[in-house]
Amino acid sequence: MQKSIRRYAALFVLPALTCFFIAFLVPMISGVILSFFKFSTVLDGTFVGWQNYKLAFINNEFATSLWFNVRFTLVSVVTINIGAFALAMLLTRGLKGTNAFRTIFFMPNLIGGIVLGWIWQLIINGFLLPKGVTIVTDPKYGFWGLVVLMNWQNIGYMMVIYIAAIQNIPVELIEAARIDGAGNKTMLTSVILPSIAPSLTICLFLTITSGFRLFDQNLALTAGDPGKQTEMLALNIYNTFYRRTGFEGVGQAKAVIFTLLVALIALTQLAISRSREEEA
Amino acid sequence: MSIVKKHRTMDIVLFIILILLAAIFLAPLLIVLMNSFKSKFFISSQPFKFPTADTFTGRENYIEGARKIKFFNAFGYSLFITVFSVIGISLATSMLAWYLTRVKSVFTTVVYYLLVFSMIVPFQMVMFTMSKTANLLHLDNPIGILVLYVGFGAGLGTFMFSGFIKTIPLSLEEAAMIDGATAPQTFFLVVYPMLKSTAITVAILNTMWVWNDYLLPYLTIGIEYKTIPVAIQYLRGGYGAVDMGAMMAMLVLAMIPIIIFYLAMQKHIIRGVIAGAVKG
Repeated sequence: MQKSIRRYAALFVLPALTCFFIAFLVPMISGVILSFFKFSTVLDGTFVGWQNYKLAFINNEFATSLWFNVRFTLVSVVTINIGAFALAMLLTRGLKGTNAFRTIFFMPNLIGGIVLGWIWQLIINGFLLPKGVTIVTDPKYGFWGLVVLMNWQNIGYMMVIYIAAIQNIPVELIEAARIDGAGNKTMLTSVILPSIAPSLTICLFLTITSGFRLFDQNLALTAGDPGKQTEMLALNIYNTFYRRTGFEGVGQAKAVIFTLLVALIALTQLAISRSREEEA
Repeated sequence: MSIVKKHRTMDIVLFIILILLAAIFLAPLLIVLMNSFKSKFFISSQPFKFPTADTFTGRENYIEGARKIKFFNAFGYSLFITVFSVIGISLATSMLAWYLTRVKSVFTTVVYYLLVFSMIVPFQMVMFTMSKTANLLHLDNPIGILVLYVGFGAGLGTFMFSGFIKTIPLSLEEAAMIDGATAPQTFFLVVYPMLKSTAITVAILNTMWVWNDYLLPYLTIGIEYKTIPVAIQYLRGGYGAVDMGAMMAMLVLAMIPIIIFYLAMQKHIIRGVIAGAVKG
């Protein structure tokens, strides 16, 4: 059978692989190479070794955006997951209108980042109006604005994952715990949380990754203002490429560092899920 | 038996809390809708007030906004690019996934891992080199960009399709081939019909991504062909104040198709998103 499929290799493999080659593989490899060059278009580079990587950290800009990004991600991961889990518990009690609530809470997840950013810019500026300031007056407004936006967008998404996990807990397990006299608190800590641990891992990593990759929302809500103080990694890299001439190589070096960071997070998740599967 | 011990009064309190939360979740959308009918001079200064006889402008913001950013052209580009990218991704990646799963060689293993790797690489890593490559190959138009989307979507699509194909027993395909079917006949007549549920998941995840995507179309085709997110961000302009009236109206128009799509396909969307999160 393998032989007769191989005869049509070109038909099955080429369409997707050609596109993958053009859109990802070539840009990826040339991106890594160009991070060691000084260039302004792809073809005029001179080799500069590690200089771009040094320049990435020469002023505090990149480190500041990394620190802002880390704080933002930590706060939103915690708030999103607590909120989502609480909603999931509320919506698995068999209350009236459960489906309608689920529909409403999930809806913001489908709205694109640019649109989300502008919606929240209006609302946050509305709340700041009595103080006579706007979201770009002080970086703390931008920080909490981004956290609120991120919660609004992602709580419903994580909620549906938690709901699916809670509904998958075997009924016998719950009945047995009840018969053994478990109260609501014991039920939560000894039955529900251990049973949904794999989903918890998934949700934590989904929110961590999307926190670090955030771009559109950042651009539309604050555009990094005031003075780059609310600029997260992805936006900082973008501005290094396109808002400063002569820094394309530095932008590419920052992008490589960014990719390594995101890949490290993904590998950690993989390792955790693997070790859990082996235990099971 | 319920997961939590039930109390009638408790249920009523929780129900009221849910109603309040749902109102908070929906409020941002309603505030934008309300402001889209107000004169632009009264939006930033009183965002939470209903339009009055003085501030009501009827359809004016919609007409002005649609003219400024050529909304209906943007809608057309977004629709064209989304529909054909999604069709392209579903077809090309299901074919590739079948080949990679059924033919075992060093080549197929390497390709598979490269595709999985591409899923964790953030867009900033390749954005510069990719947009230069796209220019070089004249892919900077609404048809060329489909190649980029198939290339970027190849990872997730192939990963999800191969996950499912691995569970299909070989015997059906072998029987078809013994009866003289060629590989393409076997794939399209025997395998493809079985992939329906995965195809729906892949289509939904990619629809949400491509429709809302900002940076890729902005960098490659953004000057000549603005998709909806690009057109909306374009309202910000270079300097000076944003026309908040036009902005509100365009945010509403941008959200209407998404909300219709969501309400029509809700079950598939939520199921697809869960499947994507758990497997991705």
